[in-house]
Amino acid sequence: MTINPDLQGRSYPAAEVYDVGREKIREFARAVKATHPAHFDVAAAEALGHSDLVAPPTFAIIVAQRADAQLIEDPDSGIDFSRVVHADQRFTHHRPIIAGDRLVAELHVDGVRAMGGGAMITTRSEIFALAPGDATDAAGVREPVATTTSSILVRGEGQ
Amino acid sequence: MNVNIAELAVGQDIGSRSITVTRTDLVKYAGASSDFNPIHWNEAFATGVGLPGVIAHGMFTMGAAVQLVTDWAGDPAAVVDFQTRFTKPVPVADTTGTPEAGAVIEVSGAIGALDVDAGTARVDLTVLSSAQKVLVKAQAVVRVA
Repeated sequence: MTINPDLQGRSYPAAEVYDVGREKIREFARAVKATHPAHFDVAAAEALGHSDLVAPPTFAIIVAQRADAQLIEDPDSGIDFSRVVHADQRFTHHRPIIAGDRLVAELHVDGVRAMGGGAMITTRSEIFALAPGDATDAAGVREPVATTTSSILVRGEGQ
Repeated sequence: MNVNIAELAVGQDIGSRSITVTRTDLVKYAGASSDFNPIHWNEAFATGVGLPGVIAHGMFTMGAAVQLVTDWAGDPAAVVDFQTRFTKPVPVADTTGTPEAGAVIEVSGAIGALDVDAGTARVDLTVLSSAQKVLVKAQAVVRVA
C-alpha cells in the first residue's frame, strides 16, 4: 500500500472537545515521572499564578495524537499504523494548558515526502481553548494554546 | 527556584539525572497518553515488526527528559517550546517481578543560547540510553526572569 501523495495540504477541522481534567494531568505527570507540585497540588499551582493545575510540557500530545488519528485512520491516506515510526516532535506553547481547559485541535498535513518505499509525513495541530460555556467551537471565541508539529515515518515494505 | 537571565551563560550546566524505565512504566504511559501501539508492550508484536523487543514510546522519553528543565525553571509553564528528533529506539527489557530497571535513560542539560530581548534561555538536552543518543536536537526554550 502506498501513501496518497495528495495528502499534502489537507486539513481536518476541529472535531471533538478534549476536557482537561485534574486527575488526567496528575496521571500524565506520574507517567512521565514528573514531580513538580504544580501538576498535583492546586495551591502550589496557584502560588505560581495559575488558576488550576498546570499540565506537563508534553501533555498536548494527547490532543495532537487524537487529531493525527483522523489522518492515520482515513482509509484514503494509505497509512499502515503498524509501520509508523515517530521521527520528530515539537511543542510550541502560546500559553500553558490548565485543568478545566476545553481544547480542540485543527490538523494540517504540511508535508508528504517519499522515502524509499515509504514516506515521511509532517503534521501540525493547532490547539485552541474554547471560551467557558461554549458547547462547540462553531461560533465561539477560540484562544490559541499550542502548536504541535510531528513527523512520522511510514516504513515501506522491507524497510 | 527562579532563574535570572543575567546569571546565565551559554554552556552552563543545568544538571543531570538518571531515569529508570520498566515495562510497567510503558503500560502506565500508554494508558496516560492513549498511545496503545503494541510495540510498546507486546514482545511478540515488537519482534514481529523487526524491533529488538519492546521499546519505550518516543514521547515517554521526551516527556520524562524535560522534567530536568521543568524542575530547573521552577514552573512547568516556563517551558514555552520543546522539540526533539527521535534517533534510536530505547529497548526496555522485561524485568517484571524483579527490582531491576528494564532500561536507564541518562539526561543532562546545558544552556545552548540566551535571548535577552525575548527573556528566554534555550536548554539543550543530551539524552542517552546504553551510551547511545536516543534524542537528537532536544531543545527546550524556557522563559526566564
